[in-house]
Amino acid sequence: MTLFVWQDSPTEATLAESGRAYRELADVAQRRVVICAGTGCVAGGALAVYAEFVRAIEAAGIDVVTELKAETPPTSNSVHVSHSGCQGFCQMGPLATVLPDGILYTRVKPGDVAEIVETTLRTGETVERLLYLDKQTESRCRGVAEIPFYQAQQRFVLKECGIIDPDSLPEYLANDGYQAACRAYTSMSPEEVCREIERSGLRGRGGGGFPTGKKWDLTRIQLDGQKYVICNGDEGDPGAFMDRSVMEGNPHSVIEGILIASRAVGASEAYVYVRAEYPLAVKRVRKAVADAEAGGLLGDNLFGTGLSLRVTVMEGAGAFVCGEETALIASIEGKRGMPAPKPPYPAQSGLWGQPTVINNVETLASVPRVLRMGVDSFRAMGSRTSPGTKTFALTGHVVNTGLIEVAFGATLRDIVYGVGGGVTNDDGSGPAELKAVQIGGPSGGCLTVDHLDLPLDYDSLRGIGAMVGSGGLVVMNQNTCMVSMARFFMQFTQNESCGKCVLCREGTKQMLVLLDDIIAGKATPATLDLLDKLARTVQKGSLCGLGKSAPNPVILIARLFREEFLAHVVDKRCPAGRCKALVAPHVIADKCRGCGLCIKACPVGAVTGERREVHAIDENLCTRCGACAKACRLGAIEGV
Amino acid sequence: MPADALMEINGRQVALDGERNVLEVIRKANIDLPTFCYHSQLSVYGACRLCLVDVEGRGIVSSCSLAPEAGIKIKTHTAELREMRRMTLELFLANHDMNCPTCPKSADCQLQALAHQLGVNEIRFKRTHAPKPVDRSSPWLVRDPAKCVLCGDCVRMCKEVQGIGAIDFAFRGAGVAVLPAFGKDLDAVECVGCGQCAAVCPTGALTVKSQTEEVFAVLNDESTTVAAQIAPAVRVALGEAYGLAPGTVTTGQIAAALKALGFDRVYDTAFAADMTVLEETHEFLERKTTGGRLPHLTSCCPAWVRTVEQYYPQWLPNLSSCKSPQQMLGSVIKAEGTDDGKRLVVVSVMPCTAKKGEAGLEKFRRADEPDVDFVITTQELVRMIDEAGIRFDRLDPESLDSPFGMKSGAGLLFGASGGVSEAVLRQAAEALGAARDNLSAYQGVRGDDAVREVELTVGGHALRLAVVSGLANARALLARVETGEAQYDLIEVMACPGGCVNGAGNPVRKDGGAVTARTKGLQTADKMLDLRRSNENHHLTEFYDRALGGEVGGKKAHELLHTTYQNRARIDGPAFSLSDTQSAQAVPVTVCVGTSCHVRGSETLLHRLMAKVDEAGITDAVDVRATFCHEMCDRGPTVLVGNTTLHGTTVETAFAEVQAALSGSPAEPESELVHG
Repeated sequence: MTLFVWQDSPTEATLAESGRAYRELADVAQRRVVICAGTGCVAGGALAVYAEFVRAIEAAGIDVVTELKAETPPTSNSVHVSHSGCQGFCQMGPLATVLPDGILYTRVKPGDVAEIVETTLRTGETVERLLYLDKQTESRCRGVAEIPFYQAQQRFVLKECGIIDPDSLPEYLANDGYQAACRAYTSMSPEEVCREIERSGLRGRGGGGFPTGKKWDLTRIQLDGQKYVICNGDEGDPGAFMDRSVMEGNPHSVIEGILIASRAVGASEAYVYVRAEYPLAVKRVRKAVADAEAGGLLGDNLFGTGLSLRVTVMEGAGAFVCGEETALIASIEGKRGMPAPKPPYPAQSGLWGQPTVINNVETLASVPRVLRMGVDSFRAMGSRTSPGTKTFALTGHVVNTGLIEVAFGATLRDIVYGVGGGVTNDDGSGPAELKAVQIGGPSGGCLTVDHLDLPLDYDSLRGIGAMVGSGGLVVMNQNTCMVSMARFFMQFTQNESCGKCVLCREGTKQMLVLLDDIIAGKATPATLDLLDKLARTVQKGSLCGLGKSAPNPVILIARLFREEFLAHVVDKRCPAGRCKALVAPHVIADKCRGCGLCIKACPVGAVTGERREVHAIDENLCTRCGACAKACRLGAIEGV
Repeated sequence: MPADALMEINGRQVALDGERNVLEVIRKANIDLPTFCYHSQLSVYGACRLCLVDVEGRGIVSSCSLAPEAGIKIKTHTAELREMRRMTLELFLANHDMNCPTCPKSADCQLQALAHQLGVNEIRFKRTHAPKPVDRSSPWLVRDPAKCVLCGDCVRMCKEVQGIGAIDFAFRGAGVAVLPAFGKDLDAVECVGCGQCAAVCPTGALTVKSQTEEVFAVLNDESTTVAAQIAPAVRVALGEAYGLAPGTVTTGQIAAALKALGFDRVYDTAFAADMTVLEETHEFLERKTTGGRLPHLTSCCPAWVRTVEQYYPQWLPNLSSCKSPQQMLGSVIKAEGTDDGKRLVVVSVMPCTAKKGEAGLEKFRRADEPDVDFVITTQELVRMIDEAGIRFDRLDPESLDSPFGMKSGAGLLFGASGGVSEAVLRQAAEALGAARDNLSAYQGVRGDDAVREVELTVGGHALRLAVVSGLANARALLARVETGEAQYDLIEVMACPGGCVNGAGNPVRKDGGAVTARTKGLQTADKMLDLRRSNENHHLTEFYDRALGGEVGGKKAHELLHTTYQNRARIDGPAFSLSDTQSAQAVPVTVCVGTSCHVRGSETLLHRLMAKVDEAGITDAVDVRATFCHEMCDRGPTVLVGNTTLHGTTVETAFAEVQAALSGSPAEPESELVHG
């Protein structure tokens, strides 16, 4: 803490001075090794890699510094070893970056560390085999700048994620941290803060896309009295982990955003609501809050203004619906997490009935950056109506999966083929043909090859009935059954419906039943008609955003993949061959030699036939497991 | 909002007049938009999605949660809304248990009425829910989850109006259910039996437990003499079932109907109310003049009594020791007996569901006979009258039987909130020597506010009274008394908002005016009686002379008319027996497996103790049970061996105590030992 040069309240100048002092200290060391400690890399053994680096560097007779301190400054020989948050390239983890060389080692195991120390830290050479292999060019990439996955991205919110130590406040200060908050408190009025953010065009990253500055202003204009800021970290979309990565990788940026939001609306209390399934995020945000309090950046008399802000970190109880703001408020109040009708909006009557502003993690993490870089620079990124960038969790049948960030206006092609490196088959081989991209999770919709060149932003997506959502992107190849995909999301929303309003509770259940009928081959054209009517009723009539958006995937998929639905309903056929009830396994008489292998393989005795005679499959007994087709050496069984 | 503010509904201008939401404006415009979950006295919930309207420029929103605004234009019955409403109803019906003809709510089920009203004649959706068992555990209510539409009216009624929260939502998605805590039965949670949940339930999911079959059985039994007692609030509401206006007094017709049903005697609970007035005034004035415990809390509402027993054991000494009028009359009728040699059966006709539970309490039995055998509600009596084919509207009024059919006006007032206070004040004035002729002086306790505070001087004594109805209001008031913020000499509490006239056993009315009209009906009946003070009821004074030694508050009166209360602050579930022993002599060993004891290893202790008992071959002599919290969490694990409580128990100390209990002498305590 000796790096903090202020006595009572920090000022912009003392904050900058602290940052400079830290940077100078850091520059002394010869090198820095950053080990990604995002959840993915930790699961892959990153902590053991970190420990091995510390051990191996010491063993090599080099000084190791794990925390930069003014009292024990590093020497020009020493190596600074630190953790970082998620670097996004999770499938290649654990990742280790050597600075200033800019070398990125992938899939590092503790056994590789000694070689890295000997080769890179001693001689500056690279360990070729640990570099990322670009399969298209068959060349090894030395660092981030050469890896296509990173090249096509524009990392803004995630810029420091993956570099700075999330547990270190001095390091955040070294990246100009808290200066924007200080300026908001000391040289801007609440109204000016709102205007500035409104001018920037920043929109809510949680899915709705409501202009953040306007949301703040609606809360600001409420009568004085207790107001609250809530940071919504209840990220629940299946496969989405953008907010988690920001909280884990750069928690102070979220807290600085909360400070600025609190200044804008006049709040003296704030909550960070994090889902309990994110223990690392909870831990890091808690530490960041404690460090910020200890450093005089939270608490009373903020920046000498006499204003105060207390931040409480609260864990959710595992309900998806608590991402909906009124349900989240109920949850903080200790009630069952069920949404309430709006109006009144939280801006008028939120937590404990007081004016409350709720922002998503990514939105709040963007705020200090917007103030720091200025509105015009921010607006230079992204599209006209959706300035800035958006993080996505890219997954599915795609070469590169992980956490990505692109400017709004990037096309689906940029993402799938640029960042993602193209579509793969089920087994990961490629290339394969793209069928669809699911965007926005269970509230979102689907995009097809027709949308490959659509610049993605809030309005373009809304225009086709999809939404940005919180940012899940699932790439699907031609082997995907879209009816099953629609059913998957329906099952998710049904499971996670709070059950309060009838349309969401019973409506999504019945939609699920209708989809099951389609998948089971029991549907008629009337089923499709009823599904469509029901979906629109649920969409229009539900109480909250979860219910209103629950039918989105079904409506959009049914429209874009009409023929696939009709194939299920009319022809009783699943074009992707995924719906077991609709595949009809049968023996090709010309090819069958009657060897009996399939009879042995069948677990339910559905295959019969005399030796050396053509076998037959009893469709009623068959469970469509495919064991017979696998067992057949002649390819005489098809349809499973 | 300007005085001439207008909004447009279906193309017509409607004036806004301070309505809380657009639904109220729509209904004011004589358009009956259907709802399940909207009740003016409950918070806006927005779950049934039936009150959806199309707001120009905003799309489809629920009108119950929309604030009225000048200039907005809405449509209530567009083609889209009609289709959506029908589909919503189909969704409700798809999983509804549609045994409608045999449902107790059949005639006035809102779901049924709506299906008819909206012309739903097919259900395109499948049944997806498994049948759920019916909970008949409670003495008051029957809970049938298969008929629940999850509108949450009962949950909000119990929590918001009654401050209890005995039921709430559980689970997610299509699995959501309204349940007592931890899925227990209703009799195992803190339900106080007010029945208001059943009164707001739009379907047959919560209904009042009926005793009509039992009553028919005794009426048809030649070996019984059956006496009925009619509560004051019944007579001003029963007529509503036959098209009479709320508040119409039909005592004579009810008496005639009861006689026609085969009741041998028809008495008036108001007679016992008069007794209550004498006893309670005596008790109150004694407390007031001798520095006894104040505030004096009234005890005639059993749901309120149960609330005090459960939540405010520290206030039990303040509760009047008077039995409720129902129980007073029951014990008096049974004490007087009958000379025809037949078994005497007392049936109460009550506006109340809690009285059903009260009548079943062990303390209200003498010589293994309950003072009140059966309790039926006003609605149940209507059903009996209908089943027997009696044309109520054509009955000539008949008189009630002596001596317990007589009452003063004061006794009648008991049926509405404030009535007990007014009756007691009349009597207290008499006792304190105030002027006799000025009865209207005590009408300050009347009114429509849920909480009314009155300060007045009676015979030189300054009295501070509070009259409150609705248990949440009562609890809030008591909280103020506890902090010293408010001080009263007497607090009258009725669980149901407005008092017994709004009891859950009376016909349920959607219009709020019924409660006021019924109250007015009782007040008019009081005014029209010669006798306005309880001590003017000469049958009552005769009874005191004959049976109670002529003494109010005397020993005999105490035996017959007063009771004691029980601390029910802890709601215990039964212990789970883990032994196979059949022996009644087996030593009971109870191991607490509550959270705190569990954390301290009580479960391992339990298993090891059972193994040790088994090893020692004394399995038959020991009955090992698992139980929940004993509220001695800081000293756990807690184990009870017989009557001995062990703290910080180890398997060794527990086993030593078991051996000692078997040998008949207590063991040397190793852990802290408490005999209790």
